[in-house]
Amino acid sequence: MADSAASFRRPSPSSSTRLHTFHGGLKLAGHRELTAARPILPAGVPPLLTVPLQQHIGTPAECLVAPGDAVFKGQLIARQVGIISAPVHAPSSGTVVAVEERPVPHPSGLLAPCIIIETDGLDRYRDAADTALDYARMAPGALCDLIREAGIVGLGGAGFPTHVKLGRDKHSIELLLINAVECEPYIACDNRLLQERADEVLEGVRILQHAVQPQNCIIAIEDGMPEAEAALRTALAANNETDISVVRIPEIYPSGGERQLIRIITGKEVPSQGFPAEIGIVCQNVGTAAAVHNAVIRQQPLLSRIVTVTGDGVARPQNFETLIGTPVSHLVACAGGYTQDVERLLIGGPMMGYAVADDHIPVTKTINCILAVSHEEMPAPPPAQPCIRCGKCTEVCPADLLPQQLYWYAHSSNLDAAQDYSLFDCIECGCCAYVCPSHIPLVQYYRHAKTEIWAREKRTHASDLARQRHEARLSRLDRIKQEREARMARKKQALSADGGSSEIKKATIQAALERVKRKKEQAGMAPKNVDNLTAEQQQLIAAADNRRRQKNRGNITE
Amino acid sequence: MLTALIALGILAALIGLVLGYAAIRFHVDSDPVVEQIDALLPQTQCGQCTYAGCRPYAEAIAAGEADINQCPPGGEATINALADLLGKDPKPLNPEHGEHSEKTVVTIDEQVCIGCTLCIQACPVDAIVGAAKQMHTVIREECTGCNLCIAPCPVECIHIVPVRPDIGNWVWPKPADQAPGEIQHG
Repeated sequence: MADSAASFRRPSPSSSTRLHTFHGGLKLAGHRELTAARPILPAGVPPLLTVPLQQHIGTPAECLVAPGDAVFKGQLIARQVGIISAPVHAPSSGTVVAVEERPVPHPSGLLAPCIIIETDGLDRYRDAADTALDYARMAPGALCDLIREAGIVGLGGAGFPTHVKLGRDKHSIELLLINAVECEPYIACDNRLLQERADEVLEGVRILQHAVQPQNCIIAIEDGMPEAEAALRTALAANNETDISVVRIPEIYPSGGERQLIRIITGKEVPSQGFPAEIGIVCQNVGTAAAVHNAVIRQQPLLSRIVTVTGDGVARPQNFETLIGTPVSHLVACAGGYTQDVERLLIGGPMMGYAVADDHIPVTKTINCILAVSHEEMPAPPPAQPCIRCGKCTEVCPADLLPQQLYWYAHSSNLDAAQDYSLFDCIECGCCAYVCPSHIPLVQYYRHAKTEIWAREKRTHASDLARQRHEARLSRLDRIKQEREARMARKKQALSADGGSSEIKKATIQAALERVKRKKEQAGMAPKNVDNLTAEQQQLIAAADNRRRQKNRGNITE
Repeated sequence: MLTALIALGILAALIGLVLGYAAIRFHVDSDPVVEQIDALLPQTQCGQCTYAGCRPYAEAIAAGEADINQCPPGGEATINALADLLGKDPKPLNPEHGEHSEKTVVTIDEQVCIGCTLCIQACPVDAIVGAAKQMHTVIREECTGCNLCIAPCPVECIHIVPVRPDIGNWVWPKPADQAPGEIQHG
């Protein structure tokens, strides 16, 4: 351990860090040449932005604006709810036209609450903040708060709120690992980011370093992106940076997975269903580092991200600097529109992405790639054949699981057994399904089983709550009944104790009569229908009043 | 011979005392089987099983008075879980008690509600808010879909609505293929 820690500190280009390996993985054709050599272009400001309230793992944000409100660029429009959550900001200036459910990028194709902003094209901030914060003087906690308020989530694809990762046990963090391993085919947004903005990424890494105070900091980069690595090393040399080292790792899918990358760099294994912080590591994507740079140096919240639009299904594949909320259709139009060969539209890469039926969904913080594929590029899988237990899936599983067993249990809805076989350690990388000679859609089985288990847990929780409420109701009804019985018993006792005809009883009745009388007087009981009376009628009334008065007097003197 | 008998006798008496003490000291108030059965029931509290709620039904199952296939809201999943727990064979839902359907909730048409409180008294989980001569409303998250409030309503302002799927409770569809090991011919 000691010698590897020492080598971490060595910033030499031919870093001698001893690399480890993870189990399984695949060598895949990169297909990155489509976009990796072209510059990042701005996607512009579309006329309508659809900003979902949930673009991260955790609780959805709470909307703070109403239709008709004018918003400026960077204005907080939805606030964080709870700890694992992130706020949302207006990506451009304009007017809120609706807060309603719209289709969002999700495999279900269901709707979710969104804020729809009609942009004014001016793209203006309320006030331009040109004063960069001196983060080196800030406390790590304050820096973490700043990152939280900027709405930054993991831009690698999972969308875990960054402040949660930074805030966890920061005293014991040994290693800050910056993930520049873009292992999934086609995707080149991190690659381009490093080529064009290595300085910003580096500054972001330094800010993250200050926020977590790690003993070491490593930027891991894949050996398939030499231009990006060169740009990064140039930036490191220009800044005379000695605390950050760059480590090149072999191109094996999915080496960019957090757990896999940690395994390669340190040889350590993140505990099952645990967090890297538990073994003293914080892992952040390069895109996230660039967003942190923007938040601290430019004081801009997370308003845009780089999206790779690629595949044979679009005319001009390209990386775009895209405002959050931009419709996918707008991005496709920026890339020259669909070609005639287009067959399917995927959100994410070819291995982990999901197909969508509608391109009017918005880009969110977690979308790194929009892939329009032709039939030749990605033919639809042939019908699934029975599992022949060849074990190829087990050979390639990067999480060291038994995909075959998981498939068996997921298929037979034996969810408990699937959980016993560590279903939730599956990262859904798709390696098993890729090599399966029977073309079984294995990942879809695991996703089904996972979501079914969550649904079952929710049902159990709801029924526990219903039981509690039912029991509370029964005990309340019981208590009310007992109280009434006790009251009745007390009254009966009070009445029977004094024989039933004593002075006390009389006095009680008298007091009650007095009470009623007073109440009547207070309420001002005026007689009705007394207007326009004839003399005869008035005489009758006077006689009746007289009688009543005499009677009352008699009662009182009695 | 005699020593052996005496020794065994003393041993038996000692063990008996320990067991007797343990039975009193570690006495469990309620029947754990009832708890386990109750935990598997959906807690709709609808009474379709002919018992006054899920717990009474659980008690009846534990006592052997009721069968395991009397719970329509739970459906096949609950029957299978009960069969598993009790070591019985699963059987189809008894149609006398109703049919299994996806979970629904109720909603009150607030334009029509006269504020009579009858539905509030009927709700087994206190999921309806309101007071006499005040409009009532259903707390949708707490409604179990038992539909017990519908019959008492004098103005028929309570309606059943399906629970809309949202991203939070959506489940990936299971791929439709043949069972593992089943050979496809042709």
